[in-house]
Amino acid sequence: MWLSILGVAVALGVVTDDQRIMTIAIQTYILAALASSWNILGGFAGQISLGHAAFFGLGALVTREMWLGGQPFPLSTLAAMVVTAVVAAIVGVPMLRFRDAYFSIGTLALGVAVFLTIGNVRPGISSLPVDALREYEFTGPYFLALGVMAFTVPVSMWLKQGKLGLGMMAVRDDEEVAGASGVSPLRHKLMAFVISAALAALAGSVFAYFSISYYPSFPFSVVWTFEAILVVFIGGIGTTVGPLIGSAFFIVGRYALASNTEEFQVVLFGLLFIIVVLLLPGGLVEGWQRIFGGSASDVVTRAMETKTGETKGKELV
Amino acid sequence: MTQLILQSAVSGLLVGGMYGLVALGLALAFGVLKVLNVAHGELLMLGGYATFFAFNSWGVDPFVAMPFVFILLFLFGVGLYQLLFRFVTRFDVETRIKNSLLISFGLVLVLQALAVRLFTADERTISTSYSSEAFTIGLIRVPIVRLAGLVVAVIAALILEWLLTRTRFGNAIRATAEDWTRAALTGIDERRIYMIAFAISAGLAALAGTLITLGYSVSPSIGLGWTLKALIVVVLAGLGSMRGIVVAGMFLGLTEGLASVWIGGEYREVVALIVFLIVLSFRPQGFFGRAYA
Repeated sequence: MWLSILGVAVALGVVTDDQRIMTIAIQTYILAALASSWNILGGFAGQISLGHAAFFGLGALVTREMWLGGQPFPLSTLAAMVVTAVVAAIVGVPMLRFRDAYFSIGTLALGVAVFLTIGNVRPGISSLPVDALREYEFTGPYFLALGVMAFTVPVSMWLKQGKLGLGMMAVRDDEEVAGASGVSPLRHKLMAFVISAALAALAGSVFAYFSISYYPSFPFSVVWTFEAILVVFIGGIGTTVGPLIGSAFFIVGRYALASNTEEFQVVLFGLLFIIVVLLLPGGLVEGWQRIFGGSASDVVTRAMETKTGETKGKELV
Repeated sequence: MTQLILQSAVSGLLVGGMYGLVALGLALAFGVLKVLNVAHGELLMLGGYATFFAFNSWGVDPFVAMPFVFILLFLFGVGLYQLLFRFVTRFDVETRIKNSLLISFGLVLVLQALAVRLFTADERTISTSYSSEAFTIGLIRVPIVRLAGLVVAVIAALILEWLLTRTRFGNAIRATAEDWTRAALTGIDERRIYMIAFAISAGLAALAGTLITLGYSVSPSIGLGWTLKALIVVVLAGLGSMRGIVVAGMFLGLTEGLASVWIGGEYREVVALIVFLIVLSFRPQGFFGRAYA
């Protein structure tokens, strides 16, 4: 399934040069990569971060600074990921000592504080230089964004099946039991936090490459966190295909609503998110299973077995 | 230099009063319903706009409008509770906090977008005849609208504390906050208590919105910044005492004000974040403390 999606995406990039379709596709890939990175921390390790945009933004900021400063783009991206990973490792230790909702509050505080500070420190617009604009074309960013998604999603699939990911899920399901059986909760949560942040920075660096001009604080905006979480919840939290399904759904929805104002779209998606959290906490993947009984795919089934078993017990008063 | 420090301290204390007032409502909703409403700042923003339009369209003085804006947002709070948070209060405490956090996070986006659509993204403020008036102590300038904000915050905290500790209704609220099942057994209608507590919380946000629009400014995106400060204040003070929350707000404002003298106002939020992390590190679990102990 995953390979066929990739095949279609590559073919699309070769065939079309319609700017609108390219733009939508690039946005989808960035969002899918960002959502997958959030899902590693929120879905696998069970730590609901409300400050993910801080890492997306940091990735964009470092990349843009270095790249426009004359460094080659790959080096800038690598530096952005390393810087973000280091920052995440430093911030992660105090943050991850807080459990459950307190972690969410902590990360929300981090995200909002960083966003406001960048807005204060860097108020001016960041634009590509005029020469770069003249030869700007969509093919480069298209394949870059596709490549980043094609990197991020398999990383999360690999994590999910490997020992590290299993450890994260064990910690999510029960920290005490995981700790007692020799799976260090802090170490696994921190790994999830750092990997998730570095991948968010990678998505951010594509944003920095693709965008012609924006306020430096924009990638730090809470909207990015929201869209990542929305997409994961619509698709199905903790599954590897969920973020992809959710992104596709989100982008198709935006496309269908394109004649309406952006605010109207935000209102609709916000309400949709609230409804999903209230009524369908397992997202479309779970909805599919409830209606059709069978499995959408093997990976999904295994994911949902671990997930629903855990939440059902907790949500009954 | 001394003058700059003193002026920053005074400004910090005054804005800190607002932090305290915003935190009062957040603490009330969290203490009673165990609902963490990160859209509290957006309720504040709506209250601010209500005051702004009352003044601009009908010439109503903000202080006259205040009780009406309180009632308006009180009713809005009733609506929000019935439509959304009612469903959250069925869960156990952990799930309540998590789900309310996610739902109100969605609500932040919805209310911000609606505000941009209805009121445009422009920053607005109210200029009354007394807006620019200030009295001076030595060389320190104290704008009267900001001072009035602090006074209202203190009065609101005292009234709320009186309501919670000295009235029958307050006893019912505290009993529900402590253990809603046992409260229900004694004949308290916990649903009604939840609804009213949440509505009062929204009303308090509206008071803060009025004062902030008058003393500072309002725009659709101001909400999260104020929510952030209120969260820090609640973490600092715990839920134990309403007066304590206003004092903690003033402490945070003072810290920010003094720190900005040395490191510059742009890094104000970083100071707040560091205060937050330090406090959290000392109280990693259950840092909100016991409600109304």
